[in-house]
Amino acid sequence: MTNENFLIKPAAAPTGNIKISAKNINFFYGTNQVLFDNNLEIEANKVTAVIGPSGCGKSTHLRIYNRIFELYREQRVEGELLIDGVDALGRDVDVLELRRKVGMIFQKPTPFPMSVFDNVAYPLKLHYKLKRSEIGEHVEDALRRASLWDEVKDKLKKSGLALSGGQQQRLCIARAIAARPEVLLMDEPTSAIDPVATSRIEELILELQQKYTIVIVTHNMQQAARISDYTAFFFKGKIIEFNRTEKVFTNPSHPQTESYITGRFG
Amino acid sequence: MKQFRKKPIFRRKLLDMSVRVFSLLTLCFALFCMGWILWATFSHGIKSINWDFLINPSKPWGLPRNGIANAILGSLLVTAGAAAISVPPAILGGIYLAEFGRNTRLGNYLRFGANIMMGIPSIITGLFIYAILVVPTGNFSGFAGSVALAVIMFPIILRTTEDILLMIPDSLRESSLALGMSRARATLKIICRAGRTGLVTGILLAVARAAGETAPLLFTAMWSDAWPTHYFTQPTANLPVLINEYATNSPYEGVHSMGWGAALLVTFAILGMNIFCRLIFKDPKHD
Repeated sequence: MTNENFLIKPAAAPTGNIKISAKNINFFYGTNQVLFDNNLEIEANKVTAVIGPSGCGKSTHLRIYNRIFELYREQRVEGELLIDGVDALGRDVDVLELRRKVGMIFQKPTPFPMSVFDNVAYPLKLHYKLKRSEIGEHVEDALRRASLWDEVKDKLKKSGLALSGGQQQRLCIARAIAARPEVLLMDEPTSAIDPVATSRIEELILELQQKYTIVIVTHNMQQAARISDYTAFFFKGKIIEFNRTEKVFTNPSHPQTESYITGRFG
Repeated sequence: MKQFRKKPIFRRKLLDMSVRVFSLLTLCFALFCMGWILWATFSHGIKSINWDFLINPSKPWGLPRNGIANAILGSLLVTAGAAAISVPPAILGGIYLAEFGRNTRLGNYLRFGANIMMGIPSIITGLFIYAILVVPTGNFSGFAGSVALAVIMFPIILRTTEDILLMIPDSLRESSLALGMSRARATLKIICRAGRTGLVTGILLAVARAAGETAPLLFTAMWSDAWPTHYFTQPTANLPVLINEYATNSPYEGVHSMGWGAALLVTFAILGMNIFCRLIFKDPKHD
């Protein structure tokens, strides 16, 4: 019943200010191609969710946006990735500055082996010339934005590893925010976290979109429906459908999307 | 549905039990040997250990206030020198293997070379340093001993550094880079920091291993009754060679006994160092 030769180019759904535009992205692990002609437009200050079954290339697609895949020598990308109109995959792009601008939250929380304060201060000291007192202010600001301040204000000197899983993830969000990014990539940020902590992070994502453009990969379709404005459905490395979230979830245009969101596979 | 015939459970239980009993017996045997060695060293050695023994230098048998203080100091000096020579390149090499040289040809050659180096008999290492350092300069020296021990320590520290860094999840590397850190900074400031307990443990275990080596010192640091004041130019007293000398080269019972005393000191110093390493490495919060 699956028709592999679907229309590959999805409708360019966003109408507002486009922050990121992926054009004809192909991706390879060695000689094995895993993404095929991905085209996606991410609107500024909106939440775009990326859904699809395991191994369909959602995370791989996301990991192109900050070129983090370049850590692994055998991984290679082709295509164009315009961020604010500039090709971020170009040779002369400063990758360190790109990654400051495009922050990332990972599936498992990854606090650095240092205090809560130092975790958040790290990107500040890395990218900006600040006085000590200013660093303190900005650390507090980032922790407040990540709605973690009230829980950690008395243990700023404690190790970041001593926090609970949900707190660690919000610490990582605070750390990412501290670099003053414009885009936040989230790769299944709640899949290693309990339901209560998950709902806190979802609330946080809704607040953060005022200031940041957010792209979130998620396994959880209810989560995508709750928090995203746009949804892209990936299947076997192709973007099958991309549209406003309510459209994708109530009236999908492709049978594959429909069978996925109704739980028939994946 | 077709009924499956069950295999008898008894045989599996018997096999399980016999493996368990056998491994327990071999464990007991190993522990018994270790206990025996420790006990023999302790019971023979404790008689000669006293204050004079610890603070006076060694002298020909029969002279009053005979001790091993020069060998203790010399051993510390030679071992510290070996650590100073081997630790920096070994740590940097381990970082290269774990962070930059994974699955590269150079990395594989280096790893293979280090494995071979670990298998070289230590007496060969001693002869090698004798040939390249002692013969050309015409001097036995503590420094030559340090170089020989450094050759032994280098591959151990290199490989433990690599193993420790490989244990650190890639997610930590990714999140460091994702903040805009350079690869070098992420490696030195975050990855090495996350693994620092393990790195220190690796160094200490290599030092403990080298501190007890005798063969490489026989032709390099050699032996002396003097205080170790001429580290670079003259034979330097050290505990392993002292034990070798006292145990095999003297007819006097008193000298044998002093050898046992020195053996006790070395054994328990190394044992203590190993236990210390295990204790700090057990600490789950690497922070």
